[in-house]
Amino acid sequence: MSEATIENKGIALSDSKLGVINSDLALIQSKKGVRRLNRQIRTENTFRKMLLLMGLIMILLVIGILFTLLLESIPSLKALGLKYLWGKTWDPVQDIYGAYPFLLGTLLTSFLALIISIPFSIAIAVFLGEYYPKGWIPDFLKNTVELIAAVPSVIYGFWGLAVLVPMVRSLETTLHVDPYGVGIFTSSLILAVMIIPYAASLGRSVIQMVPSSLKEGAYALGATRWEVIRSVIIPYTKSGLFAGILLSLGRALGETMAVTMVIGNTSIIPKSIFAPGNTMASVIANEFTEADKPVYLSALIELGLVLFLVTVVINMIGKRVIRRFTNE
Amino acid sequence: MESTIVKSVDYNAYFGDNHVVKNVNISIPRNHVIAVMGPSGCGKTTFLRGINRMHELIPNATANGQILLNNEDVMQMHPIFVRLKIGMVFQRPNPFPNLSIYDNVIAGYKLNGISLARMDRDRIVEESLSKVALWKEVKDSLTKKGTFLSGGQQQKLCIARAVAMQPEVLLFDEPTSALDPISTSSVEELFHDLKKNYTLIIVTHNMQQAARVSDQTAFFYLGELVEFDDTKKMFTNPKDKRTQNYITGRFS
Amino acid sequence: MSQSVQYRIGISRIVRVITIVLAFACILPLFAILFYIIKAGITRVNWSFLVNVPKPVGEKGGGIANALLGTFLIIIVASLIAIPVGIMCGVFLSENRKSRLAYWSRLCVDILQGVPSIVIGIIAYFWLVKPLGGFSALSGSVALAIMMLPIVIRSTEETLKLLPDSLKEAAFALGMPFHRVILKVIVPCGISGILSGVMLSIARVAGETAPLLFTAFGNPYLSANITKPMQSLPLLIFNYATSPYNDWHDLAWGASVILLVFVLLLNISTKLITKRWKVQL
Repeated sequence: MSEATIENKGIALSDSKLGVINSDLALIQSKKGVRRLNRQIRTENTFRKMLLLMGLIMILLVIGILFTLLLESIPSLKALGLKYLWGKTWDPVQDIYGAYPFLLGTLLTSFLALIISIPFSIAIAVFLGEYYPKGWIPDFLKNTVELIAAVPSVIYGFWGLAVLVPMVRSLETTLHVDPYGVGIFTSSLILAVMIIPYAASLGRSVIQMVPSSLKEGAYALGATRWEVIRSVIIPYTKSGLFAGILLSLGRALGETMAVTMVIGNTSIIPKSIFAPGNTMASVIANEFTEADKPVYLSALIELGLVLFLVTVVINMIGKRVIRRFTNE
Repeated sequence: MESTIVKSVDYNAYFGDNHVVKNVNISIPRNHVIAVMGPSGCGKTTFLRGINRMHELIPNATANGQILLNNEDVMQMHPIFVRLKIGMVFQRPNPFPNLSIYDNVIAGYKLNGISLARMDRDRIVEESLSKVALWKEVKDSLTKKGTFLSGGQQQKLCIARAVAMQPEVLLFDEPTSALDPISTSSVEELFHDLKKNYTLIIVTHNMQQAARVSDQTAFFYLGELVEFDDTKKMFTNPKDKRTQNYITGRFS
Repeated sequence: MSQSVQYRIGISRIVRVITIVLAFACILPLFAILFYIIKAGITRVNWSFLVNVPKPVGEKGGGIANALLGTFLIIIVASLIAIPVGIMCGVFLSENRKSRLAYWSRLCVDILQGVPSIVIGIIAYFWLVKPLGGFSALSGSVALAIMMLPIVIRSTEETLKLLPDSLKEAAFALGMPFHRVILKVIVPCGISGILSGVMLSIARVAGETAPLLFTAFGNPYLSANITKPMQSLPLLIFNYATSPYNDWHDLAWGASVILLVFVLLLNISTKLITKRWKVQL
């Protein structure tokens, strides 16, 4: 911005002054030319201010989001207090609000999804980062995996409803549990597919950053490929891989539509991973437009606030870890 | 001495707390080629960039003192006016990659939003390219991208781009350091022709080049202007011990 | 060769095979989804499907014209908001790499990128739906615009950072004012990167449902009034897919094919454009 401060001097120049300075410059000797240049200087300053404003808007946007969520949560905070978060019953008809079923549902689906997806995303990361970094087959794999993230979540949900739910139902029948089909487990399966690309692409790039001298050192000692991966690559990249998993988790926590469509939408605490339930995001999606009482609506928004804070913290930690990794 | 076109009075330039150009006083005569030489880090490029207020574009860079162009202080003018009157050519050829050769030459008008009649445009392009001895080579490929040319041709295109704005002074920041020897000599030949219409200030770290192309030479050392004299005199009989050391290669 | 070495090499080979199998197993669900949806939906897609509005339950036929128009309008309005703001903010961040405001601004863009889409929906509800007194396509557009912003901003910033300083210097040295340097030189030279960010952001929000649930809300009729509720493809898919009627499921399958093809084409063409259009520096 140093130029802005210096250039501000320029605005003070009057038409006549400019005319004198540039009297011999064919381009701008006419009155029209001087006016044009003055206009440009004004536009230049306006433009700088506009850019500054845009930068400011982003900050205001985030503060605004936080502030709005806080403000709209106040009725619920006042009426229910903090015990709202571990209240076990959610019954809007009786005016009883407890968020525990949704917190539990969110944690169960997200972590289950994470556990299912980790072996796959690490495999892709190792395959693309170490085994086969170049060639058309890895290119194809990389682009296809990226497309997984591109499919709209409502389509995952619809497919899950039509294909996965019957499959899980028959699995549940063979396992002799209540064959709902929908539920925590089904949601986790869909989520697992959806979040694979996030950890995989970050994992791939950190694995490619492992200095070849380190790997060569291990090979020179007679290590096999697997031993190099296990004792050189994984330890070297573990913070980067961790960050990728965090970003995946952030996605899973906030994912709404696909989960809403296959989780069963019940506010009863799930008894097993095959039982139906609700996540924070899915209960908001389902009940927001039906919430007819101020406390009911406010309780839903408080869930949104929790969701916002948790995902922000997770994403920030993830990004900080990546930044530290890439700077080292 | 002939009439002075650029004069600096107690000019200082800084990067943050780093004082890189110290109290420079120099009077540059009109229609001459002036070489500015010195070891790297001596402030010669910073001084050059100070003349047309490019120095300030770098974050934390500041300057004080006076740079007079025809007795008017450029430090008090808006940088846009200064840069319209003092053109600049850089170390690496930097034609606009998104523009054709033709558009590159009139980039100063086109991108500044100055509308010209088709005839004027064609005339400016032809004149400017002729002045840099590039017209014959590129007149049939004016619509091709500027980056399509060879390094030496690109640098000439950049000179033509600066010339097209009809400036009074042309600044060159080590204009041939990124070029091969043949391109270098063809660019050097230009300097002689260009000085009829313009005053040329050329920063170079190549002593032979300074000796070949310039009328006067300024020697910078550790941010100070050590000596400014006719090139011949400077290279045969330098007044200052430091200049002598530099010319004889005791430090570089 | 000793036995233990053979054993170690054997383990290494097995791990490699497992890695390959797991890696390629990931793309199976994608192809399963593509295959299933196209199989279920492609027979529904024909001209009358594209130009008619849905029929009530029990009547055969009907189409998704209202959702197509709605998606199109909502995205256009969202782009009109997000593209200029996003590019300008990206320029601001790349021009001010070290300033304090830029630091906080960049942090906020990072935060914005991670905000769950449902939360954005809540925000748009309180900022627009409530003050304006009803659901509207406009509020949906604003919600989507907020989601597009981080993608446009980051891609603009990253692209412009890669441009050499010499380009900017050349422009300044010709006496160009700052805004012209940016708009006539810097942005045009980085246009392929910026454009790919814009296309990616559109691809990303085209399939978003959650932010539209309490904003655009959905509308069974054809509407082009952005101050009124409007249907969109993802909303239609959600509402009809979760309904108990087979006719509506069919409609949702058809809509899914259209949405999926649109989103995937946008993604793939973005990749091609970034490869082809790169300005040679």
